[in-house]
Amino acid sequence: MKQNISNIKRLSNPFAYVLSVCGFFVLLFMVIGSVYYATVAVDYHWRWFKVPQYFMYQPDITLYSEGFGEIESVSPNKDKFDVTVTTDAGERTYTVPKGSFDWTEGDLVSPGDMIATYEGDWQPGILAKGMWVTLKISFISTIFGILLGIIGGVARVSDTPVLKWSSITYVEIIRGSPLLVQIMIFYFVLGTTMNKILLMNGIPKLDPEWYGIMALSVFTGAYVVEIVRAGIESIHPGQVEAARSSGMTYFQCMFHIILPQALRTILPPLAGQFINLIKDSSLLGMISIRELTKATREGITTSLQTFELWIVCAILYLMMTFTLSMCVQYLERRTATR
Amino acid sequence: MIDVKHIYKTFYVPHEVKALVDVSNTIEAGEVVVVIGPSGSGKSTFLRCLNRLETADHGQILVDGVDIFDPKTNINKVRAEMGMVFQSFNLYPHLSVMGNVTMAQKLVRNRPKKERDEKALMLLEKVGIANKAKAWPSNLSGGQQQRVAIARALAMDPKIMLFDEPTSALDPEMIGEVLEVMKTLAKEGMTMVCVTHEMGFAREVGDRVIFMDEGMIVEEGTPEHFFKNPTHDRTKLFLKQIL
Ligand SMILES: Nc1ncnc2c1ncn2[C@@H]1O[C@H](COP(=O)(O)OP(=O)(O)OP(=O)(O)O)[C@@H](O)[C@H]1O
Ligand SMILES: [Mg+2]
Repeated sequence: MKQNISNIKRLSNPFAYVLSVCGFFVLLFMVIGSVYYATVAVDYHWRWFKVPQYFMYQPDITLYSEGFGEIESVSPNKDKFDVTVTTDAGERTYTVPKGSFDWTEGDLVSPGDMIATYEGDWQPGILAKGMWVTLKISFISTIFGILLGIIGGVARVSDTPVLKWSSITYVEIIRGSPLLVQIMIFYFVLGTTMNKILLMNGIPKLDPEWYGIMALSVFTGAYVVEIVRAGIESIHPGQVEAARSSGMTYFQCMFHIILPQALRTILPPLAGQFINLIKDSSLLGMISIRELTKATREGITTSLQTFELWIVCAILYLMMTFTLSMCVQYLERRTATR
Repeated sequence: MIDVKHIYKTFYVPHEVKALVDVSNTIEAGEVVVVIGPSGSGKSTFLRCLNRLETADHGQILVDGVDIFDPKTNINKVRAEMGMVFQSFNLYPHLSVMGNVTMAQKLVRNRPKKERDEKALMLLEKVGIANKAKAWPSNLSGGQQQRVAIARALAMDPKIMLFDEPTSALDPEMIGEVLEVMKTLAKEGMTMVCVTHEMGFAREVGDRVIFMDEGMIVEEGTPEHFFKNPTHDRTKLFLKQIL
């Protein structure tokens, strides 16, 4: 049985235990209930049923005639219909579902006449797209963050001044200023300059997403450097001596002997860092990247469902971070078997 | 084979200690040199200077004619020819016994897998633990771990073996099995420098005994001379304490 931190024996009575569990749920419902009643009291109309459309929806499509003319032909095309219209603006063919129009060949049309109206194919909604962007940016930044962190961490513990001092400077500069400011610098300072240079060389400019990814990677990398350094320093120096005395180079010793052992110490704080990364990516909305938080804001400006969407947004972040910490716990158990 | 010429080493942290003071010695090929002396006398520092785990402040060490403190020397090449065995074993805990014995063969010698596996099995057989090839270091006894460490060092086909108190961290009943392996090596003609308190070992296989105190080589000679009629008072005192 798992050892409890407290040596005071509490709730040994099963009845008391059940009562305590019930107490937890009562508390939970009380909090949720009072929030709900408070919102009702200020006349907020909950419309949860409108939330799913922010994940998946079918757009309403309406097609209008572009000029004076007539319906040239109506012919079946698989399970749909081809409606060909000839107007003074030219000939156009619309492929539309059955029942979405009411025309026969030879009918006259004038500009603005509705040719067909129907529900389009299913499409991802703004929250789904935002979540995808958040996941994508977090994933890529995690990879670059780990790379920067390992390189920086190995440099940090080396005796060579150029490596060690570069690493210290990097870490201190990045940890000393707010992430939001760094994002601004990456986008408005570095981004502007780089895009100009790219344009001068005839290369199309980079998407803001890439500047966001750069900012997040560099920021996370600085923290990972310190995590990696602590991990390396937790390994007994005898390991380095054994490896080096057999003729391995510094880097062989690092990558084959020290880092694999340090991984176990590194993993838990690293996971925390990447959970922070997912949450910090919400700041990227400031440079017009439509990640989850910005997508939520945009959803609210059109629907005014402020409460529902912010709550959904928080739950989505929670789901992402929770999944990540589950994965890491699994990894930790795998590496801790020896 | 190894020429040590007037080396000095002083540590300044945490406080000033003269670990080596004007130490000179010549170790011939095939010789088994046993280094003894009280704690803190600089035995480990001397040994660690031989493969540049410590850098001497002054003086020169030539290994096969190569000046190892010369910045132009590729120290990894020199070290590959010198095996080292530590008091605390220092096996790689994230690798199996097999992994421990093959890692440096792969990285330093670039041996193909088949060759290094054969070599590893042959050496594990030699140190008497071939049946533990797939075990993890943490599941072995101290004596077994130290024998793996010896096999790991031998896997590089070193010309010289350095031992720093290889039996000091072992339970008494395990000392014998490690010494046995070392004796076999000595009899096969391996050049060895051993820091040890095992006087029996020194008598049996040692060609020369070096006694160090306060960073200096106080006395040296054959085991017979050394144990029967030591000349210096400090040597006599030390031998009286230890025997
Ligand atoms: N890395 C170091 N930093 C500071 N002082 C050191 C260091 N290594 C050794 N010393 C000091 O140098 C002196 C000689 O140490 P050394 O380890 O060579 O002694 P030793 O003869 O091997 O002793 P022992 O039998 O205890 O292993 C000691 O006083 C020790 O405290
Ligand atoms: Mg020592």
